[in-house]
Amino acid sequence: MEAFKINKSSKIILLIEIIFPIVLLILGIYNGLLQTLYRSGIIHGNSFLGIEYYQGLTLHGVINAVVLTTFFAVAFGNALMMFYLRKQLNKFTNILSVVLMVGGTLMAALAMLSGKASVLYTFYAPLMAHPAFYLGLALAVVGSWVAFFGWIPLYTSWRKENPDKKTPLAVWGMLSNFIIWFFASASVAVEILFFLLPWSLGWIEGINVELTRTLFWFFGHPLVYFWLLPAYIMYYTILPQVAGGKLYSDKAGRLVFALFIILSIPIGTHHQFMEPGIEKGYKLIHSILTFGVAIPSLLTAFTVAASLEYAGRKNGAKGLLDWMFKLPYFDKNKYLFAYGIIGLLIFIRGGAGGIVNASYSLNATVHNTGWIPGHFHLTVGGPVFLAILGLSLYMITKILGKEVKYKTLNLMVPYFWFVGLMIFSTGLKMGGLEYGEPRRTNMGLSYLNMGGDSFEPFWLFTTLTTVMGGIIMTIAAIFYFITFFGTLFSKSVNEGGVVEFPVAEAYHDEPNIKPVNKLLPWAIAALLIIAAAYYGPIKNTLDNTLTKSPTYLPSSPVPHTH
Amino acid sequence: MDKSEKTALTLGLIFITFLFFLVLILSKALGQDVPECITPETIFESGELVTIEEGKHYQLKSVGRMWTFEPAEVVIPVGSELEIFLTAKDVVHGFYLRGTNVNMMAVPGTINYKTMKFTKPGIYPIYCHEYCGSGHQFMKGVIKVTQ
Repeated sequence: MEAFKINKSSKIILLIEIIFPIVLLILGIYNGLLQTLYRSGIIHGNSFLGIEYYQGLTLHGVINAVVLTTFFAVAFGNALMMFYLRKQLNKFTNILSVVLMVGGTLMAALAMLSGKASVLYTFYAPLMAHPAFYLGLALAVVGSWVAFFGWIPLYTSWRKENPDKKTPLAVWGMLSNFIIWFFASASVAVEILFFLLPWSLGWIEGINVELTRTLFWFFGHPLVYFWLLPAYIMYYTILPQVAGGKLYSDKAGRLVFALFIILSIPIGTHHQFMEPGIEKGYKLIHSILTFGVAIPSLLTAFTVAASLEYAGRKNGAKGLLDWMFKLPYFDKNKYLFAYGIIGLLIFIRGGAGGIVNASYSLNATVHNTGWIPGHFHLTVGGPVFLAILGLSLYMITKILGKEVKYKTLNLMVPYFWFVGLMIFSTGLKMGGLEYGEPRRTNMGLSYLNMGGDSFEPFWLFTTLTTVMGGIIMTIAAIFYFITFFGTLFSKSVNEGGVVEFPVAEAYHDEPNIKPVNKLLPWAIAALLIIAAAYYGPIKNTLDNTLTKSPTYLPSSPVPHTH
Repeated sequence: MDKSEKTALTLGLIFITFLFFLVLILSKALGQDVPECITPETIFESGELVTIEEGKHYQLKSVGRMWTFEPAEVVIPVGSELEIFLTAKDVVHGFYLRGTNVNMMAVPGTINYKTMKFTKPGIYPIYCHEYCGSGHQFMKGVIKVTQ
């Protein structure tokens, strides 16, 4: 498929949506590295260079897991819609969405940097942040909705013009992703607008803490699929072509994205297995549904592996397994393959660990220990992060007509990241599972303070392993920043101004069965399942919470008065 | 979908179902269930250890608050059954007894419940493992199980 020439406003907006979060990512990565240093006791204190531990943790989480991922999903979605539907974006929604997202992010960033929002990205009511933090994040989320609303008329008019064609798989995947995002983030919008914001402004007196937690995790787990699905779109529609082959089955891809629509959301209670307020039966139901959401990922593992095997055989493999070695791992011009395949390899370990967390009472062995960040750095910090880095660079070269500046350095990014992340997550996972190391804790100040009363020597080894991994990951990130900004400021080699992606053809391309190839029935089914799965837990939190909580600042055990 | 793909899907389903049965065995047959949801009349305000049967059966009413557990230290004899009732006075806290399956959240306005039989003597530290403000890393308690 040919490159699609984009208009000037789309060009500027896409550039902002890609470059702005990558600049913020410098701060996010820096605070990530510092976390490992604090936790191991290398930095032994409350703050370093003017940023406190929990403030830095909030910055790390919000920037890396919310800002970068949301901006990327919108930018990648904008580019895919234009490329596959061959239509310019609606100027009004495009501008409104980027203004809301950038403005909201800056509001939240100011609140965090001024130290008035050290409540982590999970909010943790009744700890209170500055209203600008809640409002800023809400605006950023609404901005991403606006982008989605802008795609719907483009899609429906494309359908009218092409009544006999199947929806392009990438478009199908991206629309599925934003259906999930819209349903899920509606609950966090309710949490912010009806509870946290009026409460932090002093308009309402107390809040039901367990209810806010349930509303958060209603959003918080589908959020991870919102991170993941853009990477899946890359695996299905881009990777097979870059590898030199075809997508094994188009239908499997469609089915996977549709299954995510119905299974991503009604599973959030698995973050609350160890909490009071919700009955066991509901927790078990959410556990079953969480196991269900592993199915589309297992199917993806098969389909992508089959696609790569096909590519390997096309590249000349003859034996049973030698196709694995006939893939462009070290081809500098096919760097998207390295970013993709390394992410996939990481995800095997990430997904397997995730099944442990979802396993109902088995969760007691790992809940809130270092195992959990060990796990999600192998998912959001693995496949998701690498897909974002690779594709952000790729889109920049197309929009600005650049050639990647430091090709060898760029190719080293995923490999260094892989090595660092494996060491890093081993430290965290072992620390959590074997030695009960708590997550989100400035252990350098207490348990790893040699000479202090609460020194715990058995956490030294695992936290230092984490530091080693963290340093290698940071080096990989520095390689990336050099490549990204080097490319950005290099001379253009062609006129650019386009969006273009490798397009993987389907090996098994089934005919268009019209009723199945519609998203609306899946979305309606999702709403029904969500209502059934969440009616009980929400009623539970209302029935079982006896007292409402006043507000607290993280710095004081005395309730905050307005 | 071709045949191999259907096989992969079926194997995936079987694998997941098998894992889920292991989960059921663990929680229902081996008695390692998730914490209980208690619907109390009132929330207790202060923590205490209540003796139900000397040397055998105790109830711990534990209150998490910024940045300590109340009571901070509990002493019980080995072989005793401890019923843990947990709540929080101010913000959300964690209650993690290292080396055991006691891993609970303390949420204001609700009561969490779990029982644990201590068959080995020793010192069992309790860590708060949920971020609860600037003093979080110092929030620790202990259960001492004596001979």
